[in-house]
Amino acid sequence: MFENLQSKLEFALKKIRGQAKISEENIQEALDEVRRALLEADVNFTVAKNFIDEVTQKALGVEVKGNLQPGQVIIKLIYDELVALMGSNKSDLIFAHGAPTVVMVAGLQGSGKTTFCGKLAANLKKKGKQPLLVACDIYRPAAVAQLKMLAQSLNLPVFAAEGKNPVEIATDALIYARKYARDVIIIDTAGRLTIDEDLMQEVQNIRDQTKPNEVLFVCDAMTGQDAVNTAKAFHERLNLTGVVLTKLDGDTRGGAALSIRKVVGQPIKYVGIGEKLDALEPFYPERIASRILGMGDIVSLVEKVQSQFDEEESAKLEAKLRKNEFNLQDFLDQLRMIKKMGSLRDLLGMLPGMDKAMKNVEVDDKAYGKVEAIILSMTKHERANPKVLNGSRRRRIALGSGTSVMEVNRLLKQFEDMQKMMKTLSKGNSSQQMRNFKMPTGFKR
Amino acid sequence: MGLFDKIKQKVASAVEAVSFTKLKEGLEKTRNAFVNRLKSVLGSGRKIDASLMNDIEEILLTSDIGVDTSVRIMNAVKERAKRDGFEDSMEIYTMIKQEILTILTAVPTPEDDAIFAVKEDNLPHTIMVVGVNGVGKTTTIGKLAHNYRNAGKKVIIGAADTFRAAANEQLEIWAERAGVDIVQQAHGADPAAVAYDTLKAAIARKSDVVIIDTAGRLHNKANLMAELEKISRVMRKLKVDAPNEVFLTLDATTGQNALQQAKEFAKVSKLTGLVLTKLDGTAKGGIIIAITNELKLPVRYIGVGEKIDDLQPFNPVDFVEALFEEKA
Repeated sequence: MFENLQSKLEFALKKIRGQAKISEENIQEALDEVRRALLEADVNFTVAKNFIDEVTQKALGVEVKGNLQPGQVIIKLIYDELVALMGSNKSDLIFAHGAPTVVMVAGLQGSGKTTFCGKLAANLKKKGKQPLLVACDIYRPAAVAQLKMLAQSLNLPVFAAEGKNPVEIATDALIYARKYARDVIIIDTAGRLTIDEDLMQEVQNIRDQTKPNEVLFVCDAMTGQDAVNTAKAFHERLNLTGVVLTKLDGDTRGGAALSIRKVVGQPIKYVGIGEKLDALEPFYPERIASRILGMGDIVSLVEKVQSQFDEEESAKLEAKLRKNEFNLQDFLDQLRMIKKMGSLRDLLGMLPGMDKAMKNVEVDDKAYGKVEAIILSMTKHERANPKVLNGSRRRRIALGSGTSVMEVNRLLKQFEDMQKMMKTLSKGNSSQQMRNFKMPTGFKR
Repeated sequence: MGLFDKIKQKVASAVEAVSFTKLKEGLEKTRNAFVNRLKSVLGSGRKIDASLMNDIEEILLTSDIGVDTSVRIMNAVKERAKRDGFEDSMEIYTMIKQEILTILTAVPTPEDDAIFAVKEDNLPHTIMVVGVNGVGKTTTIGKLAHNYRNAGKKVIIGAADTFRAAANEQLEIWAERAGVDIVQQAHGADPAAVAYDTLKAAIARKSDVVIIDTAGRLHNKANLMAELEKISRVMRKLKVDAPNEVFLTLDATTGQNALQQAKEFAKVSKLTGLVLTKLDGTAKGGIIIAITNELKLPVRYIGVGEKIDDLQPFNPVDFVEALFEEKA
């Protein structure tokens, strides 16, 4: 996420780091770099310009106190400005006081509206809501079929009506929802261009008829300078209540995230980070601001870990670590827990500094399949006591797991290293150890 | 000249006129946001100084022409200002137009494109269409198929997007509209197998053109990108030079990320050209200039509307003329 903007800003800021004083000249050069980086990341020109102006003004008046470096002061300033630009707080979906809550989704063609509708429904269902998906895209071939397929995989109902216009479908859906006690209605509308007067009027009519609690504008995070204008045009017609940024799992994007909030004045409520239906996250401005500046997204990682790790399991594991009883079976359990959290690359990308380190590294999630196969080919006794693994046992395991003895050896060696590291960690931790830790066969240069 | 030839010529020139008008209409937003602004800055008889240069640069940057390409154009302008000077500011306008034309014509597009012809001695002509999610691949294929069919070619489409919900159904509708055959398998099937089947069917049925639709994939997902490689590899089992064309579809509203997409897709498949979609909806068709300048890849087709005949072969000279058209 935002890898390029982040690395470019970092490069630009290196020039300020280590400068003794903040002078108009030395900051100007660095901020020019920042401006260029922002533009290359598709931040809206005006937004970028104002951003730089504000930072310049603030930086010139700032006193560098105590042990702080001028560079640090500026990074802090830029961070604060970035957070301010993207809206200071995470903002949740607004629910109606009396059911049903109506959420209307609008945007350009191909921005990911239908997929987002599916993801939002999955997300709400998980929270105990009973969403109803409404198929108002009667124009794009097979759009209704797409929504139906998504709903089917979630085991949720879709409201669709052949031969009716989108406004009628939406109003009928409201009646249907009341009758069948669905508490959230998600209206998927067709993609439309802001210059298409008829379709813009239509979507406005849907809004007028259904009085949505949320009108969400779905925006492709890769959109260029035009993102702001498009969002503005939709906002003028629909009074948007929020923005959804999709396809944020790609690279180099972010410009839209930085500028839309500022220009439209509405919060970004969700970000889409993958093709699967659970790949939807709330938008946290602070997190992404720190990410841009290379501070890493620790909070996201911690939350992700917390939601997936069973507390009891963790307590057990901790006890084992303390007693230095961590064996291959535990290792396997750990591995499976990590796998549950999603792709390894996503997880590692959240660690500070990792983004840069990961740039040219391919994390092969499949390598984990091999590790799993090797451990599963061991007997319980062997897993608990890796020391008994002699040559012939290793040969058998390699055969059983479809790998080579070399791969088995490598895994065991890495496991030993890990054990050693954990030993020192449980004695008193040190980040130095962490640095030397190699991931088990997961990396491929 | 026979009567028949005359009629043919008349029809051809009429078709040309229609498509030029459509191009002009499609570029209206870009023209308003880019050319007209440029004109208002340069046509007001302002002094040629640093502030004017900044204004020009701003217009270039906000049109998604990109930092590098804007700098290239600005450098050319500044250099000439230093060397020869400009008589008046409108000369800068003419010069920018010329620079853009130079960039766009540096990578020529094949003449076959305009008439949707294929090499008769190397059939079936296989085209694979790739791109990130939501750029309009399926729609583009529908339009391409329509054009080839109109040119009298026998076309077959392969639905190798087996991932997205209802992608098959969407393509089926397009195939029906274009009146061409389609080969598909169940949702979740191996895309390479679908491509293989399609090509096999095309050879058996003696089709002229094969168009393979692929699932949208973000260019930083290694596994999905490797899948593209596999599709080409499997097709080569039936025809050694397949696919003959790989079109990267780009959404004209995309910003600088389009460059990144093109670079990554070029790594896994031999791109032979670009298709730029949704050009009518954006004021920022400038990305076309950035891409041609930085990637040296020809833009082959542009999408200027939602209807089946709204796909046009890209002609750089026409494009620049339509963009800089005096009266809209």
